Amino acid sequence: MSEAQTQIPVTVLTGYLGSGKTTLLNRILSENHGRRYAVIVNEFGEIGIDNDLIVESDEEIYEMNNGCVCCTVRGDLIRVVEGLTRRPGRFDAIVVETTGLADPVPVAQTFFMDDDVRSKTRLDAVVALVDAKHLPLRLKDSKEAEDQIAFADVVVLNKTDLVTPEELAAVEATVRAINPTAKIHRTERSGVDLANVLDRGAFDLKRAVENDPHFLDAEEHGHHDHDHHGHDHAHPSAIHDVTVQSVSLRAGEMDSKKFFPWIEKVTQLEGPNILRLKGIIAFKDDPDRYVLQGVHMIIEGDHQRAWKDGEKHESRLVFIGRDLDAERLRKSFEACQAA
Amino acid sequence: MPTVAPLDIDGHCLAAVFLNDIPFFAFADGAVHRLDHGHKTVQANDGLLCTALDAAANRLVTAGEDGKVFSIRADGTVEELASAGRKWITSVAAGPQGAIAYGAGRYAFVRFADGKVKEFAHPRSVEGIAFAPKGMRIAVARYNGATLHFPATDGKPTELEWAGAHTGATFSPDGAFLVTTMQENALHGWKLADGKHMRMSGYPAKVKSLSWSTKGKWLASSGAPAAIVWPFQGKDGPMGKAPLELGTRGDAMVTCVACHPSEEVVAIGYDDGMVLASRFADQKEVLLRRPGKGAVTALMWDGEGRRIVFGTATGDCGVIDIAG
Repeated sequence: MSEAQTQIPVTVLTGYLGSGKTTLLNRILSENHGRRYAVIVNEFGEIGIDNDLIVESDEEIYEMNNGCVCCTVRGDLIRVVEGLTRRPGRFDAIVVETTGLADPVPVAQTFFMDDDVRSKTRLDAVVALVDAKHLPLRLKDSKEAEDQIAFADVVVLNKTDLVTPEELAAVEATVRAINPTAKIHRTERSGVDLANVLDRGAFDLKRAVENDPHFLDAEEHGHHDHDHHGHDHAHPSAIHDVTVQSVSLRAGEMDSKKFFPWIEKVTQLEGPNILRLKGIIAFKDDPDRYVLQGVHMIIEGDHQRAWKDGEKHESRLVFIGRDLDAERLRKSFEACQAA
Repeated sequence: MPTVAPLDIDGHCLAAVFLNDIPFFAFADGAVHRLDHGHKTVQANDGLLCTALDAAANRLVTAGEDGKVFSIRADGTVEELASAGRKWITSVAAGPQGAIAYGAGRYAFVRFADGKVKEFAHPRSVEGIAFAPKGMRIAVARYNGATLHFPATDGKPTELEWAGAHTGATFSPDGAFLVTTMQENALHGWKLADGKHMRMSGYPAKVKSLSWSTKGKWLASSGAPAAIVWPFQGKDGPMGKAPLELGTRGDAMVTCVACHPSEEVVAIGYDDGMVLASRFADQKEVLLRRPGKGAVTALMWDGEGRRIVFGTATGDCGVIDIAG
């Protein structure tokens, strides 16, 4: 039995006040989708459903005592997850709702950094709800709204009925500028198909790549991408109030002896500025594709599958973050290529 | 030869104790089983999260997901002691004179024997709670340290600071030291007389089980492939001294420890369900139970040191008779 089968999937739901999180949670709790969810919320308040598996928990962000400034975890989640998983069989999956202003990173890192949590659960996806009408305003007054989008695997662009088609296109372009790799779903009244939100396997590297043949190909395959940029360049967005940038890198086959020390150094030095990173790497003399992902300084990688006949042995890497030196990343990345 | 009388239940055992020499097993679903002329069961919490043995009052105190605190007596009587609303109660402790303490969210509560409840608000979550052995005093483990309260008076609390998340607390039996478990793989301690720090680190895993030896001379801990036993005989505790490593195994981690009531011997439970006992003086080991289905989560000796009650994460519990 593989570990992945026994680990309970966890979906993290972020989004500003008024973005429709509660409506979506109520749907997850009440719709007949054949799965039972335990839901961890900050306040019972608005959820009108009485359910034993709704747990109220105070967001406790704990810095780890290891000298790493970005190594933070949600202490309360460690406790709640431990309690919930002592009685498996009550539920199939867990949803964590964060407060509107929450930084999604500590939640995600909890599922990588705590051994107990990691052995029993796995992060399935980070879903950001975005209010199409108010996003431009949110971006003006907070860094958190942008972080939530930048960090997400799935963005639910909600309340599309409250904006004109032109406004919607502009908002979507903004979301895409902040996060070139997220899946975007347009919806009204949080009416997104739950299959697009739950059980995504977005942090399961192998599955994320298999489910999305265009993984890391945002530019080429459109994804409604409206700003234009080259592959090797950073694109601090032309869109106003966006401070997150993404750096997409592309190169040939890598020398593993150069690449691993390089990525380790980059994540050590630039970790605080890196929100997410994702990549598919081709190593010289390696028949398998290597996939990797990271959150700040935490990085994980694994062989995914053999390169197919005729498939181009190409390495691709995307960083989403702030204050990234795109030119230096590109040069040092290319320097890791095999001779 | 030691013999094991098994009790197999479906579920996760959180606590295994003796009340009046009767073995009790408290499970995560809130059911409390006992072996008293046959297998009997009572229901306490709707979802059990934490327990405390109140040896003086001869009762087991339980708290959990239903926001309630119960006491279970040796005859199986269940009594609701307190309720904290809809929040989970994640820590509980039993103190002198029938007092109990419990933590829910950012509040710690002390309930006195007469039913009066006093509440203490904290800026961050109450992660762990412990009573001092003498006097009406509690310690609350929290982010960046611990807070000492004197619930019987209105005095100001004492703050003990140490960076990092502290998840549990225990006083030494003489009341001289406070030791906390941490989110990191370490223990931290304070000498209460002068606030001196004690760092006990080097564990490969989180420490979840602590047990003071007879007269509080040693503190045994889990979190490593051996029971790590720190010397507390000196006035500065274990500082500058190496701990004992007892029952070292290459292929398993210690998950639970319990010191013998009168001798310098510790019962050690492992993540594969094995239980053995080891003597401090010569590190001699006796196998008490072969590996089972899951990690040992609870261990306790009876008053004579003749029997051990144990529980596991997979519900294969039992009573070990040392003499057989």
